[in-house]
Amino acid sequence: MSQLRLLLPEIGRVAILSVQVARAFVRPPIEWRPLIYQIDHAGMRSWSITVLTAIFTGMVMALQFATGLEPYGASMYTGKLVALGIVRELGPVLTALLVGGRVGSGFAAELGSMAVTEQVDAIRALGADPVKKLVAPRVLACIIAIPLLTMLADLIGCFGGMIITTREVGVTPRFFYQQILDTLWVEDLIHGLAKSVFFGYAIGIVGCYVGINTTGGTEGVGQATTRSVVATAVTLLISNFLLTQLFLAIYG
Amino acid sequence: MDPIISFRGVKKAFGPKVVYEDATLDIYPGETLTIIGGSGTGKSVLLKMLIGLLRADAGSIVAFGQDVTKLREEQFLPVRKRVAMLFQSGALFDSLTVAQNIKYPLREHKWGTEAQMDQRVEEVLEMVGMPNAQSLKPAQLSGGMRKRLGLARAIAMAPEVILYDEPTTGLDPINIRRINGMILSLQERLNITSIVVTHDMDTVFTVSNRVAMLYERRIAFAGTTEEIRQSPHSYIQEFIAGGKGALEPDKPEL
Ligand SMILES: Nc1ncnc2c1ncn2[C@@H]1O[C@H](COP(=O)(O)OP(=O)(O)OP(=O)(O)O)[C@@H](O)[C@H]1O
Ligand SMILES: [Mg+2]
Repeated sequence: MSQLRLLLPEIGRVAILSVQVARAFVRPPIEWRPLIYQIDHAGMRSWSITVLTAIFTGMVMALQFATGLEPYGASMYTGKLVALGIVRELGPVLTALLVGGRVGSGFAAELGSMAVTEQVDAIRALGADPVKKLVAPRVLACIIAIPLLTMLADLIGCFGGMIITTREVGVTPRFFYQQILDTLWVEDLIHGLAKSVFFGYAIGIVGCYVGINTTGGTEGVGQATTRSVVATAVTLLISNFLLTQLFLAIYG
Repeated sequence: MDPIISFRGVKKAFGPKVVYEDATLDIYPGETLTIIGGSGTGKSVLLKMLIGLLRADAGSIVAFGQDVTKLREEQFLPVRKRVAMLFQSGALFDSLTVAQNIKYPLREHKWGTEAQMDQRVEEVLEMVGMPNAQSLKPAQLSGGMRKRLGLARAIAMAPEVILYDEPTTGLDPINIRRINGMILSLQERLNITSIVVTHDMDTVFTVSNRVAMLYERRIAFAGTTEEIRQSPHSYIQEFIAGGKGALEPDKPEL
């Protein structure tokens, strides 16, 4: 209970930071160079971990469904379930969790070191705005990169599912492909990608918030890094549940 | 003459720890005021309150006729353009080169064309005696060079007031003399007002027009270097002597 009481003002401050970030976006000029750097640095360098996660997840799901549906003679439907599971849930969530752990902790460590060495104060002292300079490009980069990585994960995940399904169930790749096309609706894609947009925002804002508020020297940076990993994961898991409820309420 | 900056009854605490109960101090245009006081007495906090990096809990801080304690963060820009700070830790941007560090404020405030900014970078690097360091990273610099780069970045925008937070601490005598010389020449050539926080008594007596001493959560004393030498207060005398004779050879713990 007391932890909850500590958490509420923290959420409030994250909300304030979010408003400041939003204001930095709409107030020109947007600085493109740091944004592109961050998209490349934080997002695109995560493609290998995304591919790895997605292909094995797709494969393991196909294995489970194929064997699980077998007794009911329904293993033909493996492809449907794999595709739905990946596009709606596992693609966005696993991508966000893995990339978020990596990228968010990177932000926390980097901005945390800047905070404890007074570089954040120096930015203010020189008449610039740390939110615009440091936080905004990172958050925006995540909002752009995480959905892109999620699309990649969806694709690779389904591919992984296809490899196993064709082997275990004996359907042709063509059948699997057609099945996915018949199963997935635009809503499913939107459902997954809308979540991943929010996840991108959450990863960026949590990592930056923790980083920029770091105190206590080198030790503090270490703690901030760890804290950001936990905070990001918890935020992602809870918001995933809430967003899923919301989307299901909207169009079932 | 009216003060350019004045602290009036400033209070500041961090949680239960009271740093200032009643800080009152005037700084006059064109002068160099040094602030002395023990470690952790709040010298850095005083400088940071002036440019809004920290907020005073009560009292007023008037700079250029405006009470800065009333300003919101985004309203500090004019003050921060006129008052530059040299951080105790340097606070250099360690992902940027020397030249990019100096260009940071220039870019931010659209100081001029790219060529003009390059020229300004060269100019201030020349002033601090590091003409060939442009492409180095801060990690490659010595302690003395780091301090001088901090100073170069601070003066790039041609401020009217410079806050020096321990500009000579930890430096060798040659670098100390060089920094002291820069403080003096900035005052002479550009009529810059300076507030210098220092532990170094040589610096105090070399650069100051006046000295202020922090003691027991207030500005206990402010006066000329002559006045401070003749002050009857024992803690002031101790502090001055401490700065010079702390390392007497017969001290057993050494
Ligand atoms: N951001 C902060 N949060 C909490 N406490 C702080 C903060 N900044 C300073 N303090 C505390 O305020 C007191 C004064 O700090 P300050 O850095 O101004 O000391 P100082 O006089 O500059 O010391 P030194 O000579 O060691 O630099 C210290 O006890 C310090 O712990
Ligand atoms: Mg200090």
